[in-house]
Amino acid sequence: MEKRDFNIVAETGIHARPATLLVQTASKFNSDVNLEYKGKSVNLKSIMGVMSLGVGQGADVTITAEGADEADAIAAIEDTMKKEGLAN
Amino acid sequence: MTTTLKGIAASDGIATAKAYMLVQPDLSFSKSSIDDPEKEIDRLHAALSQSNDELKIIREKAAESLGEEEAQVFDAHMMILADPEFTGAIESKIKDDKENAEAALKDVSDMFIATFEAMTDNAYMQERAADVRDVSTRVLAHLLGVTLPNPALINEEVIVVAHDLTPSDTAQLNKKFVKAFVTDIGGRTAHSAIMARSLEIPAVVGTQSITESVKEGQMLGVNGLTGEVIVDPSDADIAEFNKEAKAYADQKAEWETLKTATSITADGKHYDVAANIGTPKDLDGVLANGAEGIGLYRTEFLYMDSAELPTEDDQFEAYKKVLETMNPKPVVVRTMDIGGDKHLPYLPLPEEDNPFLGYRAIRISLDRQDIFRTQLRALLRASAFGNLRIMFPMIATIQEFEAAKKIFLEEKANLQKDGVKVSDDIQLGIMIEIPAAAVLADQFAKHVDFFSIGTNDLIQYTMAADRGNEHVSYLYQPYNPSILRLVKNVIDAAHKEGKWAGMCGEAAGDPIMVPILLGMGLDEYSMSATSVLKIRSLMKRLSTADMAKMADVALNENISNDDNAALVKKTTGQ
Repeated sequence: MEKRDFNIVAETGIHARPATLLVQTASKFNSDVNLEYKGKSVNLKSIMGVMSLGVGQGADVTITAEGADEADAIAAIEDTMKKEGLAN
Repeated sequence: MTTTLKGIAASDGIATAKAYMLVQPDLSFSKSSIDDPEKEIDRLHAALSQSNDELKIIREKAAESLGEEEAQVFDAHMMILADPEFTGAIESKIKDDKENAEAALKDVSDMFIATFEAMTDNAYMQERAADVRDVSTRVLAHLLGVTLPNPALINEEVIVVAHDLTPSDTAQLNKKFVKAFVTDIGGRTAHSAIMARSLEIPAVVGTQSITESVKEGQMLGVNGLTGEVIVDPSDADIAEFNKEAKAYADQKAEWETLKTATSITADGKHYDVAANIGTPKDLDGVLANGAEGIGLYRTEFLYMDSAELPTEDDQFEAYKKVLETMNPKPVVVRTMDIGGDKHLPYLPLPEEDNPFLGYRAIRISLDRQDIFRTQLRALLRASAFGNLRIMFPMIATIQEFEAAKKIFLEEKANLQKDGVKVSDDIQLGIMIEIPAAAVLADQFAKHVDFFSIGTNDLIQYTMAADRGNEHVSYLYQPYNPSILRLVKNVIDAAHKEGKWAGMCGEAAGDPIMVPILLGMGLDEYSMSATSVLKIRSLMKRLSTADMAKMADVALNENISNDDNAALVKKTTGQ
């Protein structure tokens, strides 16, 4: 299992456009990808799951991926996080 | 039988066509216990896939008729359909709780809707609740084998009739076939009404009962100018509608030719017809209607749409955008007009018995110079990008103007010292809305570069009548000789000193007021962008010499608002 922590720096948190992009990125991989925040874990391939967490600025989140392409999945998500200015 | 309904005119235009009922079909079902979950899950997947196919078509149609941005709402719908948390939760309900697909769908949708709607501090998430509801309805219809009305698939000329139109309904209307729409509820500022105006489809909203008064396929006549809707019109009614539709089309054609023209009267005199804006977003309308400048940029929206005081850079970007877009046409920017009925959550103002007579506009700016200087610096920096004029609101005394001007000059010198480029040709003027300034206009004219008259406040302060109080609303009398004399005094005072006078209140775009103003020699008329072509067309028919004679009667012979309105109507044939 691959695991990475992120600190969300974006002013509006994980909302709207960035949430959609994260879900699209995660959905490209076969691995199970989850987003953990405040002890709750949701499927990162689920737009409604991600948005229902209401992740705001300053939040510490953990992404986990488990499956054959887990390393690639985590790398791609980290890439999206940075490109969208969600995390440094 | 012919019946006539009256609603709110929401989008201009006139049309006759058959009614298309955009009404939700019966989607009731009963919750039952099932014994073959596999079969039930197959039904669910079939409905999901049919919904997805339908959404693809709708998305394509919406992109064609409304553009990519409006079509994106359907991408969000398709993402929900493909969402594993959503479909997974429905499947579990079917498998574990043995619910039928309809009940499982509804339970899961309701749960998400409730979660999103509970996020009351987040308008974005609340809108997503509407998306879930939309998607859930579509899937439910497929499960029940019921056809939802699909406005995107209309292929003959119709008038759409609905209780209310959701944004996604409106997004699907194809201008080629949908000649108008009529609803039971809603107002002029509802999303669907705004969209109808941008699509240029005639619309009447808020008729209360149109869905009960008309049946699918019945003829309808819709007048989006008056709000009149006729069900089952007679041949004579249809002829009358067609005649009005033709007149409206002719008028629009004339306005089209005026878009690139300047505003010239019948005797060849030129006046500036400008537009009022609140944010840079309003520039589209200004350009589309060919305004000759911006006569009032209300900067308070920068403050009101923000969670804290807007920074100098934020303001600079907004001002620069407006000035650059309009360059070389002039832009009159009014400094912050907060107080009265406009408040900021992050700038607590004292409780006042009479806020309109209290701490507002320039009175705050001169007191809270930190806020005022930030705004002036942003304006000065933006001045390098266009033709800037600055107007101070609520000026009562010459000392107030001089104090504001002094701060302006100090900030200008500060910026120049730092090597920032600023224009050397920025006119400084005042808004005339306090009678004291109107009466002393001859003295003011020696100090300012221009006047712009704000009629709503000038009338309320002159008549001592709160414009929001319906018991005294009869005193809102723009054509009363008392008001006209104040206006005339301001115009004459400006001209005597070689300055210009404009008007930026409602009255500047009023077809009854404009002829009198022309007669008094007002130089600049600033109004909502949608009135620009109407007023330009009106000016073309009027001669200033005739209007001067009429204004003389209005100022010196008539003694009431109504007499003057009647005089203008008679003289100008309106």
